[in-house]
Amino acid sequence: MSLRRVGVVAMPYAWLLAFFLVPFLIVLKISLAHQATGIPPYTPLFGDGGIRVTGENYALIAGDALYVKAFLGAIRYAAIATAVALVIGYPLAYGIVRAPQRRRGLLLMLVILPFWTSFLIRVYAWIGLLKENGIVNHALMSLGLIGAPLPLLNNDFSVILGLVYGYLPFMVLPLYAQLEKLDPALLEAASDLGARPYAAFRQVTLPLSLPGIAAGVLLVFIPSVGEFVIPDLLGGPNTLMIGKILWDEFFTNRDWPVASALAVAMLILLALPMGLVRRQLRGTAP
Amino acid sequence: MTNRLSPFLIAMMALGFVFLYAPIVSVVVYSFNASRLVTVWAGFSLRWYGALFENEAIGRAALVSLEVALIAATGALVLGTLVAYALARFRRFTGRTLFAAMATAPLVMPDVIAGLSLLLLFVALEQATGWPQGRGILTIAIAHITLGIAFVAVVVEARLSSFDRSLEEAALDLGATPAKVFFVITLPLIAPALAAGWLLALTLSLDDLVIASFTAGPASTTLPMVVYSSVRLGVSPQINALATLILIAVTVLVASASRLLRAKNT
Repeated sequence: MSLRRVGVVAMPYAWLLAFFLVPFLIVLKISLAHQATGIPPYTPLFGDGGIRVTGENYALIAGDALYVKAFLGAIRYAAIATAVALVIGYPLAYGIVRAPQRRRGLLLMLVILPFWTSFLIRVYAWIGLLKENGIVNHALMSLGLIGAPLPLLNNDFSVILGLVYGYLPFMVLPLYAQLEKLDPALLEAASDLGARPYAAFRQVTLPLSLPGIAAGVLLVFIPSVGEFVIPDLLGGPNTLMIGKILWDEFFTNRDWPVASALAVAMLILLALPMGLVRRQLRGTAP
Repeated sequence: MTNRLSPFLIAMMALGFVFLYAPIVSVVVYSFNASRLVTVWAGFSLRWYGALFENEAIGRAALVSLEVALIAATGALVLGTLVAYALARFRRFTGRTLFAAMATAPLVMPDVIAGLSLLLLFVALEQATGWPQGRGILTIAIAHITLGIAFVAVVVEARLSSFDRSLEEAALDLGATPAKVFFVITLPLIAPALAAGWLLALTLSLDDLVIASFTAGPASTTLPMVVYSSVRLGVSPQINALATLILIAVTVLVASASRLLRAKNT
């Protein structure tokens, strides 16, 4: 390795090792420690002339229905939200690609703009819309469509809606990048050969956009699984998601070892999809 | 591929955009509502903006957020550009796989994991070395730099891989040193990506609640942390006013940045 390369790589490499990799090793370490009263609230692993490692935090997670349900719940919410985001996002991306050239930039910016504004405030905005005496219920009742307010907030519906809303741009952007690369001549050829628009879409456009779909699905699913703000603000007492449980273990129960074990378990769960992200992003980069 | 947007597609797009903007519009409209209640329109009023400007907690938190974000975006820009350059130009070097993985993972890393792990690092470091003394702006900024590196790197790497490398090669052939080639040829060519990456890192930092909550100290409450604690208590017209101001700032910033970039690209 030449000196020049070392000069470029060394600093960011050291930074990422120190502030990205080493922290995980510490999380792993503390997940094997006992909870203790004091600062910091966990027992040292090394000391008293030996190594004191415990698997009790993991046994707790695997044995307690609350944690298992929170993991399964997070996966279920994230999977449904990803599917809905694909159904809404695909026509949006497809429509932008097929819109007249001069409109495309504006339409694309309209998709990106919400992403630049505060995530927290966008989630909060739904509270005003969905709550019992909120805007949606008010509108539906004044139109005479419903007699009593619908329960729209603090349930599964509002959590999934929040996840779809929060991460929709992450679905649309890779889909757009992929669909934009599609050669229109392929569709003309399909049409010349007698394919109806739907058949051409199903046999040409859809298969060729699969890498974009894969990238979008990963970018929506992974952060959704670990989401905290949405289940906290839009969820109800029955909303069990692992990101929120981890937060509560840490901030409310001050149980650092269990919070660490939850983080390790979540990382193991997400390791495979996270490993695929870089490959998919490279494939769809414009 | 132009024209012939089917009515179905147009309807789906319209629904998509309504979905994206309905909550935002509702926040803006009700920030001018004289009444405290969401469903009652009691006339146009700026009272919530007045209350907002007198709210010292929000003002202080905004300054903390801004300071953190400026440090974080600038640090992420420098380190992220180095990452992108290494990944785009050095096909092989020892530990490249680990390097690429560490630089990409924060893109999708759940915030709770990133926040928890960095906090535990800071606590362990302080125990072992005495640094950092307590937590505050510095520790939040370090956390946000680590997050921002990934986003800057993706944006800059895409640009580095797409432009004509023969320009760099020509300069090298003509005797320029690699450092000079970078500053005279490469840097101006990737400037739009650098601007976009910096803005992205700035926005991410200003917006982050979870990582900041883990890594903040008692004296360093950021704006999202204040917003979060007041939002937990329910819908607040002051927060609507704050949201509207943030929206206006972001829209102006993004629109002018994209105009700037387009002017440079053509």
